Amino acid sequence: MRLFSNAAVLLQKELQAEFRSHELLTTASVFILIVIVLFSFTFDPTSAESRQFGPGLLWLAFLFSASLMMQPSFLKERTNDTLSALRLAVCDPFAIFLAKLCANSIFLLITQLLLLLVFGVFYNVAVLSVFPQLAFVFFLGSLGISTTGTALSAISSQARMREVLLPLLLLPLLVPVLIPSAEATKALFEAEHKLRWDWLGMLIAFDVVFLTALWLFGEYLLEE
Amino acid sequence: MSQRVSRPCGIKFKKVEKKYGSVYALRRLDMEIAAGECVALTGRNGSGKTTLLRVASQLTRPTRGELSFPELGPGEAPAIGYVSHAVMIYEELTAEENLLLFARLLGIAQPKKRTAELLEATGLTTRKDAAARTFSRGMKQRLAIARALLEEPSMLLLDEPGTGLDTDSMAWLTATIRALRDQGRTIVMSVHGESSLSQVATRAARLDSGGLVADTRNGATFQNVFWTGIA
Repeated sequence: MRLFSNAAVLLQKELQAEFRSHELLTTASVFILIVIVLFSFTFDPTSAESRQFGPGLLWLAFLFSASLMMQPSFLKERTNDTLSALRLAVCDPFAIFLAKLCANSIFLLITQLLLLLVFGVFYNVAVLSVFPQLAFVFFLGSLGISTTGTALSAISSQARMREVLLPLLLLPLLVPVLIPSAEATKALFEAEHKLRWDWLGMLIAFDVVFLTALWLFGEYLLEE
Repeated sequence: MSQRVSRPCGIKFKKVEKKYGSVYALRRLDMEIAAGECVALTGRNGSGKTTLLRVASQLTRPTRGELSFPELGPGEAPAIGYVSHAVMIYEELTAEENLLLFARLLGIAQPKKRTAELLEATGLTTRKDAAARTFSRGMKQRLAIARALLEEPSMLLLDEPGTGLDTDSMAWLTATIRALRDQGRTIVMSVHGESSLSQVATRAARLDSGGLVADTRNGATFQNVFWTGIA
């Protein structure tokens, strides 16, 4: 139980810090907005083309913005060596990861859902009728991205070339999240929209495997 | 998971080595610190003081050797109060938020009351709602010390705790360490030469190139340890 109470306290701190500064949410939102607007003007897609290629474009933008968002996750803990203070205070180091991945998932999900509406307008795709189903797909995708991104952020924050290391490690590793997320989103954009449980099953499996690995081995990622 | 205990305990280093790449920060260190001792650790820059404290706090795993806490049973871990070179506080949070955060993480029964007590003791009550980034180095250090004292630590590890402190704050820190020593808490602090802090110590030890070169409990020879390395 102490694990969850520790994680809740840390999550509150992460949310408090972000909602005070708006650093991550603003950066990620602006990045995704730029991608959506630029692609819309460059290709000027029809509604059918948008339904075909839009999900891939959306998820690529989410992925790149996530790598921007995850970068400071552990890097900021190095500034005053607050990571050491946290390691001495929590009962289980997984509490630190749990709080950070929950915070990252929440930030990513907020950005995704806000920008989904902009995407709907620019690409002429009806998103409101399937909004709850899309939110579910985005939640599973965000959880996968955040779990992997948070773990890799802990690794890269200790490395010398930390700014380039995270995207280099993160992007190839997230292919198994990108494909099912884009396919599940595409199925919801089609005229006869439906939840594709085959793709969602893959996403759930990825989330469970990476969460379990982080729970088992996360402690070693925090060591000096 | 280990159960954190607040009762005083000692620490035993058995042939502890720590290597960073090819550089030895600690070299086959054998040292036993008894429960309730107050050790002033001295040595030149790079002699291994910080590494010793980080290994003792279990933030750093030794490359070789063994670290143990003789008074603790299996499944028990010491409650450690640690002050490092870096202040280990969140600059974007206020002084009160910083202390409340760590008090809640440590599971302290009345976090607000304990936070208020420590803010009062460190003279930060009037600035409790100010972000820590607006603090001077000395104020940040006082907040860092308050964080380390949140729970009754069984062991206090202080890495140059006097850094940035003015005369009044230094007097407060010295009195606090003296009180903790008198309560029987184990204290290990790195100091540079003689100071009011080193006068509180019951033992002086000197490190050189990661090894223990002088160690004494005889107060009369502390000066020798601090200045010459010969006990």
